[in-house]
Amino acid sequence: MSPARTEGGTAPGAPGAPGVAPLLTLTGVHTHIGAYHILHGVDLEVEQGRTTLMLGRNGAGKTTTLRTIMGLWPASAGQVRFDGRDVTRCATPELAQRGVAYVPENMGIFSDLTVRENMVLAARGARDADAIDAERLRWIFELFPAMHKFWNHPAGLLSGGQKQMLAVSRAIVEPRKLILVDEPSKGLAPSIIRNMLTAFRQLKAAGATILLVEQNFAFARQLGDAVAVMDDGRIVHRGAMAELAEDEALQARLLGLSLGAHQ
Amino acid sequence: MNTTAATGAARPPAPETRTGVPRVPLAERLPLLLVPVLALATLPLVGSLPTWATLTVAGLAMGMIIFIIASGLTLVFGLMDVLNFGHGVFIALGAFVAVSVLAPLGGLTEADSMALNLVAVGAAMLVAMAVAAAVGLVFERLIVRPVYGQHLKQILITMGGMIIGEELIKVIWGPQQIPLPLPQALRGSYFVGDAAIEKYRLIAVVVGLAVFLAMLWVFNRTKIGLLIRAGVQDREMVESLGYRIRRLFVGVFVAGSALAGLGGVMWGLYQQNVVPQMGAQVNILIFIVIIIGGLGSTAGCFIGALLVGLMANYTGFLAPKVALFSNILLMVAILMWRPQGLFPVARR
Repeated sequence: MSPARTEGGTAPGAPGAPGVAPLLTLTGVHTHIGAYHILHGVDLEVEQGRTTLMLGRNGAGKTTTLRTIMGLWPASAGQVRFDGRDVTRCATPELAQRGVAYVPENMGIFSDLTVRENMVLAARGARDADAIDAERLRWIFELFPAMHKFWNHPAGLLSGGQKQMLAVSRAIVEPRKLILVDEPSKGLAPSIIRNMLTAFRQLKAAGATILLVEQNFAFARQLGDAVAVMDDGRIVHRGAMAELAEDEALQARLLGLSLGAHQ
Repeated sequence: MNTTAATGAARPPAPETRTGVPRVPLAERLPLLLVPVLALATLPLVGSLPTWATLTVAGLAMGMIIFIIASGLTLVFGLMDVLNFGHGVFIALGAFVAVSVLAPLGGLTEADSMALNLVAVGAAMLVAMAVAAAVGLVFERLIVRPVYGQHLKQILITMGGMIIGEELIKVIWGPQQIPLPLPQALRGSYFVGDAAIEKYRLIAVVVGLAVFLAMLWVFNRTKIGLLIRAGVQDREMVESLGYRIRRLFVGVFVAGSALAGLGGVMWGLYQQNVVPQMGAQVNILIFIVIIIGGLGSTAGCFIGALLVGLMANYTGFLAPKVALFSNILLMVAILMWRPQGLFPVARR
């Protein structure tokens, strides 16, 4: 059995079933960065065991939303609930300990450290590489053979795609309840994007709950169960991804996509 | 750094090696050559091999002591962007504590036994480190913590902290210079051929190397060390992985203060006297070292300290007047070559 089957930590409820509380809920979240008011009351739900895509143009507040969830930028108003608790005022390390993994846009790779050392840090329970769950590691090596190949090499020497793979590997080296990923396809070659897509599909199949920020609609539509579109610091559309994927007029209105260009 | 495959027998197969593997560019390793290059380049200038050997050991000894002192400072900056201009106070504190510890140990220091002498010096070092660590804990809490992220205030308030520390030392030990003689058996020199190698300098090199190797071990073989190295690069990501970097920082600050205390003992014995202003004097030197090395880089700090130590001794012999500004000269030359220092720390 794949170790990924245990993904999520808690027993997943029937996705989308009525009465199941979402794993993550944002209610009227406002965030200021210095003098700038970035989030203007974000309402968002992420359901257990599903992949929620967050779309929207540059500067819409997607990254800020992820960072606010992670406690990196504090919400100035509103509430963030995770796994049944109010985590609005939680410090970042505490959120991570409660089971949120975060893959930032810049990937946050420790470039002076080896791939192995990056993974040891991500596996909080492991004192060294030998203490990382072997089965899980094997699964990661299957998903991303490059991690195996470059295990003892400085992460700074990896290619952009390999760094992204390392960033995702770090997020899944131990079971996490929620994985936040910021633009995993950014700047990657098409073949690497396909590779990423496969990896995320496997993660989904393993029951992981993922909140994914994406600009690449072709990538997003293949992964998303649910979708939230942001604009100007607010969520302007929420629904099923399948619905948005089929409604080109809606896409054009929400995302400004020229029809077919990104398919 | 990244040597053994950590994958044991039950682990997934060991990674294949050296096929299509990225390598560290040569240019990044060049600064490592600076120390031997500087040493060898001065050999013809000095002319005499024994004199050169004496100067080189003296320079390495001085460099090692400076490294011990500066290593904590560079980590404190690297981890939390804290510019601690008060670091020097821990040097003076360590040296004065050593004076107080060694005074009643006259029986040990005056004995003509290397072992007894080293016991006395070892005791002085341990007490000095403990006192400096304790004061470091208070210093971090009262002076540094309120000014996180505010460089200008950090500079002002940590300098203020140093002035207060210096005055407190005067209150306790008096404002005058106090002799700190080397214990009996540590005086004098060994002769290797015609080269005179002062015993104490040799000891300083050994202690310095021991500290450096211990730091390497911590950085590469322990999880705390990994966290420190990671935190220097991207503290936000370390927090996102679930570690409290503030706690780590306090630990590093305290350890850095203890090392400065240790360095203070060694510096005091090197100078054979202590003055309350010694912290401020050494402060300039250690800032030059960490700027040369690249702010936040431990390897850079090590190379920078050795360069400064060697440079001071070579120029002191070759051109005493140049020695007055040789360190600044070195810093200017290195910054013109590498404006970020020898080993720039990759930041977010």
